[in-house]
Amino acid sequence: MNTTDELVSARDIRKAFLGYKVLDGVDFSVRSGEIHALLGENGAGKSTLIKILTGVHRPDSGTVRVGGEAVVVRDTLHAQQLGIGTVYQEVNLLPNLTVAENLFIGRQPRRFGLVDRKTMSERAKVLLAQYDIHIDVSADLARYSVAIQQLVAIARAVDLSGSVLILDEPTASLDRHEVELLFSVMRKLRDRGLGIVFITHFLDQVYEVSDRITVLRNGRLMGISPTAALSKVDLVSMMLGRTLAASTEREKQPETERREPLVSFSNYGRSRSISPFDLDIAAGEVVGVAGLLGSGRTETARLLFGVDLPEKGSATMDGKTIRIASPRDAIRLGFGLCPEDRKIDGIIGDLSVRENIALALQARRGWLRRMSSREQAELADRFVKALDIRTTDIEKPVKLLSGGNQQKVILARWLATGPRFLILDEPTRGIDVGAHAEIIELIKRLCHEGMALLVISSELEEIVAYSTRVRVLRDRVHCQDLTGDEISADGIMRAIAAQTGATA
Amino acid sequence: MSNRLLPFYATLIICVLAYAICVFQFPNMFSTRVLGNLLTDNAFLGIAAVGMTFVILSGGIDLSVGSVIAFTGVLIAVLVGWYGVHPLTAFVIALTIATAFGAGMGAIIHYLDVPAFIVTLAGMFLARGMSFVITTESIPINHEFYTALQGLYYRMPGGGRLNFVGGVMVLVFLAGIVVAHFTKFGSYVYAIGGNRTSAELMGVPVGRTTIAIYALSGFLSGLSGIVFSLYTSAGYSLSAVGVELDTIAAVVIGGTLLTGGVGLVAGTFVGVIIQGIIQTYIVFDGTLSSWWTKIVVGFLLFAFIALQRLLVYLSSRKALAGEH
Amino acid sequence: MNNSLASGLRRATPQLISLAVILFLNWLAFPGFFDLRIQDGRLFGSLIDVLNRGAPVMILAIGMTAVIASKGVDLSVGAVMAMAGAVAATMTVEGYPLMAVILTALAVGIACGLLNGFLVAVLDLQPIVATLILMVAGRGIAQLITEGVIVTFNDPGLIFFGTGSFLGLPMPIIIAALLAIAVILLMRRTALGLLIEAVGVNRSASSYAGINSKLLLIFVYTLSGFCAALAGIIAAADIRGADANNAGLWLELDAILAVVIGGTSLLGGRFSILMSVLGAIIIQAMNTGILISGFPPEYNLIVKAAVIIMILLAQSASFAGIGGLFVRAPSAAKKADAS
Repeated sequence: MNTTDELVSARDIRKAFLGYKVLDGVDFSVRSGEIHALLGENGAGKSTLIKILTGVHRPDSGTVRVGGEAVVVRDTLHAQQLGIGTVYQEVNLLPNLTVAENLFIGRQPRRFGLVDRKTMSERAKVLLAQYDIHIDVSADLARYSVAIQQLVAIARAVDLSGSVLILDEPTASLDRHEVELLFSVMRKLRDRGLGIVFITHFLDQVYEVSDRITVLRNGRLMGISPTAALSKVDLVSMMLGRTLAASTEREKQPETERREPLVSFSNYGRSRSISPFDLDIAAGEVVGVAGLLGSGRTETARLLFGVDLPEKGSATMDGKTIRIASPRDAIRLGFGLCPEDRKIDGIIGDLSVRENIALALQARRGWLRRMSSREQAELADRFVKALDIRTTDIEKPVKLLSGGNQQKVILARWLATGPRFLILDEPTRGIDVGAHAEIIELIKRLCHEGMALLVISSELEEIVAYSTRVRVLRDRVHCQDLTGDEISADGIMRAIAAQTGATA
Repeated sequence: MSNRLLPFYATLIICVLAYAICVFQFPNMFSTRVLGNLLTDNAFLGIAAVGMTFVILSGGIDLSVGSVIAFTGVLIAVLVGWYGVHPLTAFVIALTIATAFGAGMGAIIHYLDVPAFIVTLAGMFLARGMSFVITTESIPINHEFYTALQGLYYRMPGGGRLNFVGGVMVLVFLAGIVVAHFTKFGSYVYAIGGNRTSAELMGVPVGRTTIAIYALSGFLSGLSGIVFSLYTSAGYSLSAVGVELDTIAAVVIGGTLLTGGVGLVAGTFVGVIIQGIIQTYIVFDGTLSSWWTKIVVGFLLFAFIALQRLLVYLSSRKALAGEH
Repeated sequence: MNNSLASGLRRATPQLISLAVILFLNWLAFPGFFDLRIQDGRLFGSLIDVLNRGAPVMILAIGMTAVIASKGVDLSVGAVMAMAGAVAATMTVEGYPLMAVILTALAVGIACGLLNGFLVAVLDLQPIVATLILMVAGRGIAQLITEGVIVTFNDPGLIFFGTGSFLGLPMPIIIAALLAIAVILLMRRTALGLLIEAVGVNRSASSYAGINSKLLLIFVYTLSGFCAALAGIIAAADIRGADANNAGLWLELDAILAVVIGGTSLLGGRFSILMSVLGAIIIQAMNTGILISGFPPEYNLIVKAAVIIMILLAQSASFAGIGGLFVRAPSAAKKADAS
């Protein structure tokens, strides 16, 4: 490998948080004049790697070299001085300031000690003209589309740093036309000799714009390859491939005749969230939902549970039409949802394990029919035993439990309500191996007991283990159902990697 | 036209309309004399409101304003009246203490990461308590320097007088506008109010700026106290009770978003003038009582907060719609 | 039961020690401090005085506790007190029956609370901003009702609420105690307390769990408005008149302080009505102590400021110390998750 034109390189980077290995001997480099896609699912270690390159975190071991010289990146400012600029997915500019102020805050041109707004505007115009952006730079940034804001952020980063540009999911909220605009800017910068790190979860875009691909999974380097030399199926298998060893054997599912659906949704959809889809789920059935990050998995769950409202479509349960306008409606119908983000949408951190378990049942019973502390304790004890929740006692604030046990508490919260239809969004993310296997067993057991389940997961082996049917999502579209023998990790990967044709 | 300036224009229109209604009913109000009085009577409010504008623009709040005004007044009165200190020296001492006081609050807010309202609440108690401790009596200030300052005025066309304190307020507003829009500090204030985390990522010195913002508010509250003592020729520890609410109202009615990041110092000036016009109207009317001021101000407060809420809602919808 | 009592006492240790120290200092300053005597079938003494004078803040603190537990704050309670007092006094003077007077005054408080709740829950305004509106306008409205004068009255029925006694205890104490018991029962014998705490800690997760957070928020502000009106009636009855300018002035701050001293976090979550009442008693014991030890009452404010600063320092020390371990650990883990 030619290392002379490497702008930034990282060798054998290791990083652990609280003993949990986030990066385990990862290599990464960016050359001058390339667009380098950095890929991996949630928890793969992409963000941590970026944060090490930009000085937010320090590696536990390993070296970072800039222009061939080993450096310790102190903070983002230092990274900037070294030539590394970053643009995050959530545009980290200030929409309440003008475009020019955003470009020059902290280094405004001055005249007689005061900020010279006129010179600042002129310089801003010149700067943006390089990107073919001709806008009123003295207007608030908020007036412009996310795409323009994104480009302004890029202009700022390049102007400040100038050798390496890291783009963290820049296309997540852009439409096709805006993506093309962004890509043309990226290509132009590449031709100017910049090294661009491009993080995305849209595989089509990877093939469209990148020159080289690095894939991470669970903190390990899975491979580095020129884009042209890597097939899509190989790429997906690098990203999602086998990770679980034991306990995930697919059971021989009895070939059941088509059962009457318990709940069915037809033409259910919401613009800019998920395209309209049909979905039937019968009692005793687990529908696994597979797809890459950003393919519309969580959006589907939110829609089904009434967190977001469908713009079109209808739903029935037991053959009767139902309307789900809020989580409360859904819960009344016997739905439950373990959300993807446990800390924000799941646990009530300061409340005890007991209260967290009793909460949904209590909310459904209404405030007047209080569950006594004893009832709550009995309920909690029962589930602490049944799910093997490891806590010193049920009065402990739930925020002090480990991730896996928190997940079990939320599961217990829903099981306590005796749900008929349970939605689990990434139920095994970020939890230890033991709890992982237990949750998979639990899903199988609940299914046998006749519950209808929809389980979203990035772990393909896991989906294969418990699903009676697998729904594959791609680019916010429900695009394929896999049944019977089609359900295998390879089959799912092929379905995910399948060419979508003209993307929206 | 930017959506964000809409509240400011609304304020301006309301101000002009209110004045027109007043003039329609009491033609006497159409004179520079009334205008001069308006500036004089609201000078201390306006000066403190400039400081409050910066605080609110940064997403904070300062409840200590009224107490600091009273404290400064009492301190100066006692220094001048009891200890024979020259008023100018007393001014310097008072302003230094008020600025340090504000800086201290800013430091606590930033380093202990506690809500501004609870810290400045403690500041409010402390400043009021200290002025009580100095004296609970109203101390008159008799000094030729004071008389000289009070006698200064500029005769406007039409016979109205812009006297010293009114002039100070106008200068403070002009300086405030320059600081807000033509200094790095000003852009930092807007940046922190817009989004603290982003501001930090963009290299804004958040800690230093936060301390400076509250120090500025303390300084201007102190200056407001000086002006108030010139206006009343006395220092009294029970004066300026509730002025913090009036200043907050002036800032919000002036179009500044209470959550920070958006607003104009000039808007605050209009907000102060609107409050002044309402008071003047009540004086001219003679039968209405002064409490109507509070009710009307409260109503305007509600109207402006509702308007801002609506604009935020509309712009977020537009942003969503524009995304695709 | 014994267990929970013991743990309750353990949690209240700092507050109880503070109260004991303050009472002891008061006794040093005024040896007759703990004397109680019965005169005309009624208890008299400095201790009773502390409770009696502290009753309005206790009542405000009861409502404020629920609001703060929901991660809010109600700045309008002082102004609502003034309004309720003004309504009660004016209606009494105009000869309305006592029952109508009380009910109307309470209804005013409830209406104010509903308005605050609507602004916070439905319009999603920050609580400080939403309640600021009534804080400014409320006092003006109160003056409008009293037409700018101090309305005095002589109706024995209304006055009884301020200066009467029952079972040997002054009415304000009785009312505050009954209200505290009623609200504690309401919070802890129903699920309201738990649900409010859940919303205060994590509103998003609470709605995922099926809690109607909007309705709960409206409820806590309404309760606070009701408490403020009750305190306003007592304050007016106590001085036999309604002073729209000064009734309840700064008491919102005392109420917030009482809640904070009682240990309820300004960030919402766990609350204890009883502890807030204890907080209000501590504040009043300080006030009384300063008074009887011959210091000018003005020192009150400085002492209160010192108390706030001490609490802030103590809280931030515990955040950095024990809290830091817990606060930081999950956030670091979360960063790892998100990578």
